[in-house]
Amino acid sequence: MTTFAQRLWSSTLARHLLLAGLGLVAVALVLESTSAFRNGQFAVMAYMGIAAGGLTVLTGLNGQLSLGHGAFMAIGAYTTALLLSDRDGAPPLLVALLVATVVTLVIGAGVGVAAARLHGPYIAGATLALAIAVPGIARYFQDTLGGEQGLTVVVPDIPGWFADTAYFITANDVSTSKYVAYVGWISLIVTYVLLANLSRSRVGRTWRAVRDNDVAAEIAGINLGRARVLAFVVSTACAGLAGAVLALAVRLAAPSGFMLTLSLALLSAVVLGGLGSLTGALIGAALLTFLPQVVTGVGLDAGLSDLQAAELAPLVYGLTTILVVILAPAGIVGTARIAWRRRRS
Amino acid sequence: MADRTVSAFRMSAISVNFGGIAALDDVSLEVAPNQVLGVIGPNGAGKTTLFNVACGFIQPDAGALTWRDRELRRLKPHQLAGLGIGRTLQGLGLFDRMTVLENVVVGADRHARAGFFAGMLGLRRSAREEHDLRERAMALLDELGAATYAGQLPPSLPYPVRKRVALARALVSEPDLLLLDEPAAGLSGDDMAELGELIKGLSQRMSVMLVEHHMDLVMSVCDHIVVLDFGKNIASGPPAQVKEDPAVLAAYLGDEVEHDRPATTRS
Repeated sequence: MTTFAQRLWSSTLARHLLLAGLGLVAVALVLESTSAFRNGQFAVMAYMGIAAGGLTVLTGLNGQLSLGHGAFMAIGAYTTALLLSDRDGAPPLLVALLVATVVTLVIGAGVGVAAARLHGPYIAGATLALAIAVPGIARYFQDTLGGEQGLTVVVPDIPGWFADTAYFITANDVSTSKYVAYVGWISLIVTYVLLANLSRSRVGRTWRAVRDNDVAAEIAGINLGRARVLAFVVSTACAGLAGAVLALAVRLAAPSGFMLTLSLALLSAVVLGGLGSLTGALIGAALLTFLPQVVTGVGLDAGLSDLQAAELAPLVYGLTTILVVILAPAGIVGTARIAWRRRRS
Repeated sequence: MADRTVSAFRMSAISVNFGGIAALDDVSLEVAPNQVLGVIGPNGAGKTTLFNVACGFIQPDAGALTWRDRELRRLKPHQLAGLGIGRTLQGLGLFDRMTVLENVVVGADRHARAGFFAGMLGLRRSAREEHDLRERAMALLDELGAATYAGQLPPSLPYPVRKRVALARALVSEPDLLLLDEPAAGLSGDDMAELGELIKGLSQRMSVMLVEHHMDLVMSVCDHIVVLDFGKNIASGPPAQVKEDPAVLAAYLGDEVEHDRPATTRS
């Protein structure tokens, strides 16, 4: 018995699929036992988690800093909004998500080719420009992209098979917000399984080698440009999918949703959780989604006015980031890993 | 391999200028199959430049580089690994946040075949290949006496061990030509003697080009020596012959003359 379990666990794919299955069960339990409002929050956590997962691969595994992932999310979100705008003629949701991912991936490949020629702070600068320019482009094309108001997103009807299956398993009817939360979390789980596989494969090893020492990696026969572009493409594909889920969750794709703060929030989530760790990215996304709510609630209970309580949230988030950077520079998961390694040796 | 007996690494009439200063001037050398060639010379003689040209990091202004009758000049540094040219760097260049075992597995990348999608989908052939590469890397670490450090990160290890890891990473690709840049730097006498034995052993499996300024090591392991001074090839031949060459003696002992000269010209 134990040997079979051990053998299963030692297979990378089987381990990732097992964790994905457990994750899916946990998601179903949480979404079924929480309110529609909380379901909406979990959908936010899902898209932040998908984008953070992609960013942690780029920054943590490959050492490229992107300050422009919000812009790639915008591309995914606008693509989704355009695809779903006609309720009758819209493609199936899965197709819309995939198209949004691919469109973002193609644009990401173009940016990645340019970024691979740059180093360190210059990539950050170039992607920063992107983060600022893309919302501007959306504003400029008033007719197709809706200008400042943006595009409202038509969430497709819940497919019958999905509603029936969900009812059969949970004995609950599926609301639209719950459906979107499921779509977001299933997307997240699939993304994380693929990213985890990549990270444990030759590709992930190549990325880490390039991050740690590019000259030595080149000597070992690794094509630096190819490795960097590949990491960028994978990362932007995640951002595109995240943007698509965002469009469904927020039901709006507007320039104000993709300001520089989104890109910076993603980066801080990744740093807080621990660079290069998918678990860390998920923890970061959870902090990003729920910490402001919790803090505002505590502030209100303590007798602050609405405004004061709302202002407390960014303050606490900022302080948390400062504390983590000072006390645990490897991030939450990174620090836990170091402690575990130390205890073992 | 049959072709190993007929072909070799050849650098012909290499010249490199840095802003009008000739770092290398018409330098030629040849590494015969299973030969250990040493490149020596005083500081600033152009050894590192020569090494960088051999590695593909510097494009020479003139001259040709051939390996098994194939022109290398237009190739990028990463393409040399695929042709069976392994290299170690003076600064070791280990991947500090990867374990020793992972460091060595990276060196074996030229034997890896699994592509992006096989890795992303966790296909069996990708997993099996990873397993094989790890075993290969482990065997080499074992051969170099560093297997016990496989799970550790390089910064936590003593310098001589890190040196072995860097060598294992170059050897795991099973190169036919190994380029070593100052392998003896920072090693104690015992470690250096061990390194000498190791390099002699390697010459049964591959050709070795050694850039080194530690004379004892070069004299004891090399079959053939090329001496550089001020970017020029001032002597070449077997160790015993080079040792007695008046030009070499002048280059090495000429230091004192160098020190004298400014004093007289300044006045």
